[in-house]
Amino acid sequence: MKLKNGITKLIFLLAAVLSANVLAAQTSTGGSSFLLGGIIITAILLVLGVIVMVGDNLIGIEAKQSGVKTDKVNLSVFPNLSEILAPKLPGYVQDAPVKVLKRGFTINLLGEAEKNVISPNVSRYALVPPNFRGIAPIPKLVAEIGSNVKAGDKIFFDKANPDVFYVAPVSGELVSLNRGAKRSIAELVILADKEIQYKTFNAPDLNVATRDDLVAFMKESGAFQLIRQRPYDVIADTTVVPRDIFISTFDTAPLAPDQDFVVKGREAAFQKGLDVLNRLTSGKVHLGLNAGGKTAPSSAFTEATGVEKTWFHGEHPAGNVGVQIHHVAPIGASDIVWTLGVQDVITLGTLFAEGKWDVSRIIALTGNEVEGPTYISTYAGANIGDLTAGRVADQGVRIISGDVLSGSAKGKENYLDFHDDQITVITEGDYYEPFGWLLPQKSRPSLSKTYPNFLFSDTKYKADTNTHGERRAFVVTGQYEAVLPMDVYPQALMKSIIVNDFEKMEGLGIYELIEEDIAICEFVCTSKQPLQKILREGLDTMHEQG
Amino acid sequence: MNNPIFNFFKKIEPDKKKSPFLHTGYDAFFTLFFTPNSTTAPGNVHMRDGMDLKRTMIFVVLALQLCYVFGTYNIGHQHFVSIGQHTEFMSGIHLKLAFGLIQILPIFIVAHLVGLGIEFWFAAKKGHGVEEGFLVSGALIPLIMPPDIPMWILALAVAFAVIIGKEAFGGTGMNILNIALLARVFVFFAYPTTISGDNVWVAGIQGFSEGAAVDYSWWHTGFFNSIFEAFGWTTFDSSATVVSGFTGATPLALAAKGGWDAVTEVYSSAQMFWGTIPGSIGETSKPLIILGALMLIFTGIASWRIMLSSLLGLIFTGILLNWWGATPFMDVPWEYHLYMGSFFFAVAFMATDPVTASSTNTGKWIYGFFIGAVGLIVRVLNPAYPEGWMLAILFMNVFAPLIDHYVVESNIKRRLKKTTVAA
Repeated sequence: MKLKNGITKLIFLLAAVLSANVLAAQTSTGGSSFLLGGIIITAILLVLGVIVMVGDNLIGIEAKQSGVKTDKVNLSVFPNLSEILAPKLPGYVQDAPVKVLKRGFTINLLGEAEKNVISPNVSRYALVPPNFRGIAPIPKLVAEIGSNVKAGDKIFFDKANPDVFYVAPVSGELVSLNRGAKRSIAELVILADKEIQYKTFNAPDLNVATRDDLVAFMKESGAFQLIRQRPYDVIADTTVVPRDIFISTFDTAPLAPDQDFVVKGREAAFQKGLDVLNRLTSGKVHLGLNAGGKTAPSSAFTEATGVEKTWFHGEHPAGNVGVQIHHVAPIGASDIVWTLGVQDVITLGTLFAEGKWDVSRIIALTGNEVEGPTYISTYAGANIGDLTAGRVADQGVRIISGDVLSGSAKGKENYLDFHDDQITVITEGDYYEPFGWLLPQKSRPSLSKTYPNFLFSDTKYKADTNTHGERRAFVVTGQYEAVLPMDVYPQALMKSIIVNDFEKMEGLGIYELIEEDIAICEFVCTSKQPLQKILREGLDTMHEQG
Repeated sequence: MNNPIFNFFKKIEPDKKKSPFLHTGYDAFFTLFFTPNSTTAPGNVHMRDGMDLKRTMIFVVLALQLCYVFGTYNIGHQHFVSIGQHTEFMSGIHLKLAFGLIQILPIFIVAHLVGLGIEFWFAAKKGHGVEEGFLVSGALIPLIMPPDIPMWILALAVAFAVIIGKEAFGGTGMNILNIALLARVFVFFAYPTTISGDNVWVAGIQGFSEGAAVDYSWWHTGFFNSIFEAFGWTTFDSSATVVSGFTGATPLALAAKGGWDAVTEVYSSAQMFWGTIPGSIGETSKPLIILGALMLIFTGIASWRIMLSSLLGLIFTGILLNWWGATPFMDVPWEYHLYMGSFFFAVAFMATDPVTASSTNTGKWIYGFFIGAVGLIVRVLNPAYPEGWMLAILFMNVFAPLIDHYVVESNIKRRLKKTTVAA
């Protein structure tokens, strides 16, 4: 803010000097009374302007000395440039302060889910250990293969934390254990019952229980698998008290599910979840609210109690919790915060309210390769083939658990990732395109103004996986900063990760970022660099170094 | 895919193991015709922006095309002005273009043969694809060379710039100095006697004194004359001689000697603005350069911050020098500096090279401002060398990483402050 003011003043000064110079040159040749009058008027205006500016600055200095927080309030008689350029905010925000994020890029894609919920017949569900980052590749099984389990029954634990359990999403027979690379456990598959049987938990009463009681119960009931921890985006460490807990109540990723729609009918469980979380942190539970939608967010979010609410307005990734943390209370070297998704909070709330492990999820089945994109009611870890049955072709498509930017590619035999609430199916783009770099045959999403896209901002595009070019060294600059609404220099950070410079990584804010936050940078990257992969390598190294 | 060109390409594809060099060359041309069918790897983004480096580079080359057309014309125009024929802008256009083509084509071909040849060879050696960097360098180099440059010097300069300036540092995206400017600076410092003073800016005459004969080859008198005769147009006249009063001096050389008055004795400001003056091939026509620059700004390929701050730097320094006013050159009003020399071309196409410029937005303001300031200081205060942008940009290229370092450091400090306050 200070710098911007400085620059404005400099430009003013320069303009003044320039006009004086030009006028002086003219008077020496012409020298009519009209010109002279003009000069005098300009000079008077300038002097007046200077007086006002000086006075204006004096007010600012005085305010600072008397302890008014000047970075929040504009004390000047001039409106800030940002105040003039601020977008018109919707009425439902009322007078609440809104964090307006100017940078970002929302990708409009075809295949948005229609707002009705279907319940396809899903026979298999899986608990996928690699979904919980931070645990050993071969966890210790509690349940036996072939045994029957209820929803909420213990399935495995990580050997490093033998008292934190991971539990069955649904009831049924634990039919198989699929192994991945190096004999790691990739999937634990449950053949689901027609009617889900729930294990009954005796949840502690929030009013009387201590934090230790709550944590002990949550370890036992599997609730910690809902919580992710930053930095590094790992499964929550049960031994620490997080500084704050953050929840984003809207998702700006391409084709992301509408969280207002998802929470409908489960508002009470959501609030209960927030109450539980409030007991777990030494700080606050922060909700990020969407001030960019046409209609007001669900009352579950706007009227939530016991939480700190912050409104955000902006393009993707404004809905990412990492971006919101950055603007509310950035993560430093010694900070630990927890994050949850909206439906994770609902599951936690249900566990405490009804004493059952209910990981029912409303997920969005989206993308241009889906016939009739829709919302689906299912449970975490559902089989993707069952979810997409009859709606997705077998060949030439890529199925993604999550969104197109940061999701993971899956086959029909795989399972929905535990924390995901979206499946996106797009076209495999393994085609050659004549002169694709000059005259593309098909329209495609792009931030670049070398395509006429910016003229048709409402156009929705067909997505495919073609890279539209080959990988190159970092050449273009300023591109990542233009789409990342954070005070971070991604290119400098990436370079520090590549050369393993720990001090720089830390200084440049690696703790504040996870893959999904810089996914939009990777999308726009002209050099087709794998930024998410580089960042993950950096995060893993930092994590190992402790 | 069923496309005759595609099928042809697939048929002639050389074996990668047996002849790596051939395959590298083949791959470069194939990817120029067809965007490859590579798809996003699992674990990364699944969808990529339509923009790639080829498109970025090609748009810069497109933005230079107007300069190419005018440059070609202007080589001919200057030649005919020197011999007192077709001195009107619109007369003898076919002759001027033909003369320009004969002059510029060898420069273009040599620059590309040498530059691309080296790029292909390095790419084959390293076993990766040919990168696009030389597309722009190769398009820029002919435009910043004097029209009469000997081919062997050009070839040496390009080889020096590509090998020492780029490949030694690891290829496209890794270089510290702007490649095109490096080629030019090599010419000017390695061959100061061949390329010196006023005598290189006009081509096709044997000397600069009155009565010197024209220097026509078979292409002029044989090839083009026979064509023009067939149409009944005017032809190249090999008996023409240099007219009296012609010097071939550039406006800057004149200004260095006698200030703005000395310039206006020879050239009008309209001439300097539209570009019908002697100079490097592509840098004379300001309106066409501005059009190209606007295209780059509009498409977001070049940084408007650098262009604007360079202009501010020039204006600031210009005003300072005007106030000082110790020499006639210092007295040249700052706005006239925009007419002379190659400020626009240098700032629009050279200073904005993203690899060698500052990478941070704050850094770009500082970087650009100093290019404007240092360039004008070199232009006005340096007695030996009449133009400053080349040196200023190379100088600031060297400083760009330092500027970025401090911008990034300030980000680190800011973060430390924020996170410790919050905690």
